[in-house]
Order: sequence, then C-alpha cells, then structure tokens
Amino acid sequence: MNTLRMLAIGTLLHAKQISRSPFEIAIALVVPVVQATLAVYLFRSSGEQHRLLEAAVGAGVMGVWSSVLFGSGGAIQSQRWQGTLEMIMLAPRRPVLVILPITIATGLTGTYALLATLAWGRLLYGIRLDFAHPVAFVVAAVVCVVALGLFGLLLAATFVLMRNANALANTLEYPVWLVSGMLVPITVLPSWTAPIAAVLPTTWGARALREATSGGPVWPSVGICLGISLLCLALGALSLTHVERRARAAATLALA
Amino acid sequence: MGSTYAIEADDLRRTYRARTGWLKPKRTEVEAVRGVTFTVGRGELFGLLGPNGAGKTTTIKLLNTLLIPTSGSARVCGHDVERETREVRRRIGYVFGGDRGLYDRLSALDNLRYFAELYGVAPRDQKRRIAELLDLVGLAGRERERVEGYSRGMRQRLHIARGLLHSPDVLFLDEPSIGVDPVAARELRRTVADLASTGTTVLLTTHYMAEADELCDRIAVIADGSIQALGTPAELRRRAEGRRVVEVEAYGVPESAVDALRDLPGVRETAVEARGALQLLTVHSDAHVDVQSDVLRELAGIRLGRVDSREPTLEDAYVAIVSAAA
Repeated sequence: MNTLRMLAIGTLLHAKQISRSPFEIAIALVVPVVQATLAVYLFRSSGEQHRLLEAAVGAGVMGVWSSVLFGSGGAIQSQRWQGTLEMIMLAPRRPVLVILPITIATGLTGTYALLATLAWGRLLYGIRLDFAHPVAFVVAAVVCVVALGLFGLLLAATFVLMRNANALANTLEYPVWLVSGMLVPITVLPSWTAPIAAVLPTTWGARALREATSGGPVWPSVGICLGISLLCLALGALSLTHVERRARAAATLALA
Repeated sequence: MGSTYAIEADDLRRTYRARTGWLKPKRTEVEAVRGVTFTVGRGELFGLLGPNGAGKTTTIKLLNTLLIPTSGSARVCGHDVERETREVRRRIGYVFGGDRGLYDRLSALDNLRYFAELYGVAPRDQKRRIAELLDLVGLAGRERERVEGYSRGMRQRLHIARGLLHSPDVLFLDEPSIGVDPVAARELRRTVADLASTGTTVLLTTHYMAEADELCDRIAVIADGSIQALGTPAELRRRAEGRRVVEVEAYGVPESAVDALRDLPGVRETAVEARGALQLLTVHSDAHVDVQSDVLRELAGIRLGRVDSREPTLEDAYVAIVSAAA
C-alpha cells in the first residue's frame, strides 16, 4: 500500500515538475497544432477525408511518444543536471520504484498532446470527434499512456548508464513513429519492419486507439499492448537493478 | 545496532576510468582514493579535511553507496556498503553543498513530501516530521514557495531538512557551507552540533578550518587520495609545533621573490593566497629562527601592508600536512 502511495505521489510531483518547465509549455503549445495540421493535410491530399479523426488520433499518439521518449531520456539527464539523480537513487528502494514515477509522469504529461491535437483538429479544421467506441477510446488512451510509460522505463534503464542519453533519444523518435503506424498504416511499410512493429507497445496502443476511433476489435489490441508493457516493466525492473550497479561502478550517476 | 563503529573504512581505493574518442579511443585512469582506512565511532562528529581533488567527495560517495570501491571495503552501522546497499541507505542521510539536488519548480513542501515517501517515512509521521524539520532549519512559513526563488542559504537548509527526514543514524555532509554567507554558515554549524549532541554520527567534509576546529571531535586530513594525518583538532595543531608563522600582506609579489623566500635558512614552507589585488604571503619557519627581517629584506621594493608574526593555528598545521604530502 505504501509503495502504491509512493508511486502515485511520485508520479504527480514529477508531472508537476515537468509541466512547469517553460520549454515543455512552449512545446506543448506549438507541437499539437503542427501535428494536427500535418495529419489533416496528409489525409486531405490523399482524398481520405473520412479518416481525418483517425489521423488526428495518430498524430496525438505521436505527441505522447515524443513526450515519453524525451521525457525518459531528458528526465534522467535533467535529474543528473539538477543533482537529483544521486539523491533519488540513494533511496532505500528498488531502482524500478524510483524511476517508474518519472516515466509514468512523462506519459501523463504526454496525454495533454493527445487531447490538444484533437482539440486543435476540431477548432482549426472542423474534424468531428465522432468516436466509434467512446468508452473503449478512453480505456485505450489510459492503457496507451501507461504502456508508453512502462516502455519509457525500459529506455530509462539505458539512459541511466549513458551520460549523453539525449543522443540516443533523438535517433529513436521518427523510426518508432513510422514503424508503429501512428500516422501511416503499417501495411505500406517494408515487410522487414513488421516484426519490429509487432513487439513495440506503441504499435498496439496506436492500433487500439485507431480501432476505438473508426471501429474494429479494440480489446485484443488493448490486451496485447498491456501484455507487452508488463513485459517492459519486468525487463525494465531487472535491467535497472543491473544498470544501477554498473552506474555505481562507472560513476555515471553524477555529472562529474 | 551490532557494530561498535558507525563507519569503518578499510583500505578503500577508487580508480576512475574514462575513454574518449571512438576511432582511436584514449583511456585515462585517475586514482582518486588510494587506500583510505579509518573508523568513526557512534555519535562522533568526524571531519574530512583536504584541498580540492584530494578525494573527500569520492570517499563520502564510497561510504554512502553511490560508488563501488575498486578495492577495499567499508561498513556503515555494521553493513557492507557494496553488498548490503539497502540496509546502509536506510540508515544514512546525505547532504551536499551548492545549488543542485532539489526540484526547483516544486515547493520546499513538495520536495520534502516526495523524499519522505521515497525514504520510507511512515505516512502518519510525515506531516509532523516535515513540520519539525522546517522549524529546525528555519524555513517554516516559506515552505509553499517554489525552490527556484530560494537563496543559496535557504536551499542549503532545505538540503539538510531533506537529509534528516528519515532520522538517519549517520549523516554525510559534503561541504555543506560552501557558498553560504557567514550568518547562515554559523546557523548551519549550530544545527550540525545539535545533531551530533543528540547521537547522530556526522561525517563532515569542509574546506573551512574554523568549521572543522569548532565542530569535529576528530579530523582526518586527506591529500592526494590518502590520509596524511588523523587526530583531534588539538593533536593536529601540535603537528605545527616547533614552528612560527610570518604573515605579510603585499601587492604584486613576483614568483621569483616567493622562490627566494622558500630558500631562506629556517623556512619550511611558503604559501601565497590572492585576495583581490592583495596577496597574503604565509611563511612557516622553525620556531627558534627569526625569519621576519630576512623575509622583509627579500621583499624590499614591493608595496607591503600588514606584517604579523604569530603562533601556528590549525590552519597552519593543515597547510604543513598538505604541503608535506605534495
């Protein structure tokens, strides 16, 4: 019970710390407008007007992914810059319990990108928010955010070890957008990307949201997304324990 | 509690290895701590004194589990710092000097609530404990303000409150008074002394001799990664016995003049400290040799201020120990 309380309070306070960053606020204001515009023009030009909402949802998931990716990489790095990484790792807790609130918080703040993209799509381009399964959409959105947060945990395990974690984060943003089919369908991508897409929680999260938007079997995708994210949690927990020891041996918890 | 000692370090060593470049990688090794051995009794206030880069922070990080020793071993409250990490972490607090280490965009209260959760303070005790600590460090009434608006002294006090949340048996203070104004530093020393008087073991690193002299039961002087001297402040002061110190305030002393002072008969060490436009020359000599007139002769033609000849202090003993190690 105390652990759950710690996770909940940690997540809320990290979300508070992240969302008060002037840089994050500027990004949050601009990026959803750009993404909504991108999605609308992409689908309008291909004559698929009826899929505009689907496109806006896809663009919103891109926002959540960016938030988690840069949040997890950036959060570990900024904890290092702030000198708080050592302080939190000194807590008498398993490393996974220390890092998990940070990565879930990045998913939580990323939810804003999803909602804002939909709102801008409605306001600027008149996209009708006509979801095929509204309740399933909410459930899928929550699962998607949690799943991405747990995927972020796995990424964070690597980031704890690397002093230049941002370099890795930068290279992962676009490939995962593409491979997960957030904007363009996976079917138009080369066949070798299919196995990669199949193991990414982003693929199943985006798919569940798409199915809840335009109709389709939402729950199997939600189930697979949850399964993969629980695997990410287990792998993340194991690797963080290993990585924390390595970081203490390599002296990478602090900046210098 | 088990062990007699709060802290036991046995031949601790730590080497930092770094690799730069990809095509032609260049490996460098720095031996930061070279065989440090000491013990700290329960409730003792122990000082670790040394110049920049001497190995003080590395030693603290080896003891508080943030670093793994390259060799040697250490125990805190009887628990091995490498293998029984969580047991050690439950019993220690860590406070370091400077601006970093806090969530700036959160209030002091949010910072303390978060760390109270992380450090396992029981939910029913949190409110009372946080209020007590805010009172102790003089931040009561300011706890809802964001930390980014705090002065350096206030941040430092918040650091201390954070380090004490879980009532640790052993508190590591790594240069806590760095950059803090004299009044805040005095309050900080009072807080540290109060803690030690209530039975908390404190390991303090500092640059400030007066701080170490006033607070510490025993002091270890560390230089170049190893302990050069260990004892009570009075014992260390005796290391400078048999010496006399001449201090000269001067302006624009050339390096050659300092070298000439070093070669004077009876002179043991010289040091130059820049204080704005002024330089403070400190000349240690054998007590039975009066070097003052020789020093002034060597400095002829240079603008001088105050000239003083005095008994050695703990600071002089420290300079003597560190200079001997160099």
